Amino acid sequence: MKILVIAEHDNLSLKPATLSTVTAALAIGQPVDVLVAGAACASVANAAAAVAGVSRVLVADHPAHAAQLAESIAALVAEIGTQYTHILAAATTTGKNLLPRVAALLDVAQISEIVAVKSADTFVRPIYAGNALATVQSDDPVKVITVRTTAFAEAASAGNAAAVEPLNVVKEQALSAFVGQQLSTSERPELTAASVVISGGRGMQSGENFVLIEKVADKLGAAIGASRAAVDAGFVPNDMQVGQTGKIVAPELYIAVGISGAIQHLAGMKDSKVIVAINKDAEAPIFQVADYGLVDDLFKVLPELAEKL
Amino acid sequence: MKILVAVKRVVDANVKVRVKADNSGVDLTNAKMAINPFCEIAVEEAIRLKEKGQADEVIVVSIGDKACHEQIRTALALGADRGIHVEAQDGLQPLAVAKLLHAIVQRESIDLVLVGKQSIDTDNNQVAQMLAALGGMPQGTFACGVEVQDGKLKVVREIDGGEQTILLSLPAVVSTDLRLNEPRYASLPNIMKAKKKPIDSLTPADLGVSVAARLRTVSVEPPPERSAGIKVASVDELITRLKTEAKVI
Repeated sequence: MKILVIAEHDNLSLKPATLSTVTAALAIGQPVDVLVAGAACASVANAAAAVAGVSRVLVADHPAHAAQLAESIAALVAEIGTQYTHILAAATTTGKNLLPRVAALLDVAQISEIVAVKSADTFVRPIYAGNALATVQSDDPVKVITVRTTAFAEAASAGNAAAVEPLNVVKEQALSAFVGQQLSTSERPELTAASVVISGGRGMQSGENFVLIEKVADKLGAAIGASRAAVDAGFVPNDMQVGQTGKIVAPELYIAVGISGAIQHLAGMKDSKVIVAINKDAEAPIFQVADYGLVDDLFKVLPELAEKL
Repeated sequence: MKILVAVKRVVDANVKVRVKADNSGVDLTNAKMAINPFCEIAVEEAIRLKEKGQADEVIVVSIGDKACHEQIRTALALGADRGIHVEAQDGLQPLAVAKLLHAIVQRESIDLVLVGKQSIDTDNNQVAQMLAALGGMPQGTFACGVEVQDGKLKVVREIDGGEQTILLSLPAVVSTDLRLNEPRYASLPNIMKAKKKPIDSLTPADLGVSVAARLRTVSVEPPPERSAGIKVASVDELITRLKTEAKVI
């Protein structure tokens, strides 16, 4: 067994998603190598070497890898991939963009968003918006897998001193070019890693009204999410959407405000430990998954919550 | 530019599926079926590119048993020019689907492939990326903006932290995200016209592709059930219970 974890990073820091992926990798077996492909990414490599359970860190540091475009990184991973029995990445937009391309280059299947490891060749993954869990088995020589990070605890990020080796493989390509990006900046915890999340839905009626959610989030140190309806209506940016095709979250506490609870939204949050729903419609489907439901006007409840917390 | 759009017949998004009692799969008996929402967005984008004069032909393809003719006709009614039905068993896995599409891309000299980012039944999110790899093409996944720019394709993508813009050479593969566009409704005259548009039938053998499954489904289970919750009467009660009972704040 030899497992490769593709690190999730931004060239500056190692993302917590990698820690959960390492846990999934260790559940399959050992040794576990971590690949850091990027540009001027030495600090990421050092952080990866400190993660518990990691045997070796391979660093492919080159300007051509700066934007981590799939066309170059997949070629790189495919080249070294045949030495491994398993290749894992977090099911982030980076991992989801990259790994199927790797799988096709290796002519193997890809297994998306596993939530459990049953054995070295058998994994569990959600289908139909999480309304069913499929246990699938693969006989491919290399198993290429993306990992739903909410299903695996983060490996300890310190205490190890794995070897860091430069990987002198560079895959330059001219098919795609990075033009730019616009990232949301927030002081709040990252949505997929926060232990408390409060989300607003269509019931918020406007983007300005989200300030009521912000006041509660401030008190709880929470991240802020939204339903598709709120995003489509332009209340909040796209990257706040929680749901089947948006972010998957599983915090200790999830508060759904003015959210009806469509199947697609539930898919993104029903593994939360405690769910609270605030909605003036007592029949809203969200109450079927809520541990605590408050049937009341959110415009009355939110200020009261912010004040009393 | 010649565009290929792939559409999948899936269970309607509003259906809450149930697992079969023998855990062999999901029970789709009498379930309402529809075109995968992301595929519909792909069709719409292709039609818009044609309407802007940037594409001369939009070919729609679907893979599965004869029932998917319904989804091909829907795409033709929305404005696609002709259809291809790859007659195969339902439930082909993404690698097989990508290989079939790759064979069609080569056969038809396609410049741009538009597919949905994921199908809402299997939730794999793999076909676009795999097809791009097989064809040595660039990929613009989770697209929320597509624009032809001097013979290249500018794609704005939804990524975890916000949006990313990339420039792709053609031919390329794009997978659509939710907010790329809002699909139109087919008008009755267009539905009638669609009945006369041609749909060619091909088999995997015609395309020289082996579609054997790589992953074996061992079992399908319902997700863990949450125990029923309670209604609280006030904010005070909610806060108290969250502190003392649930101990999450």
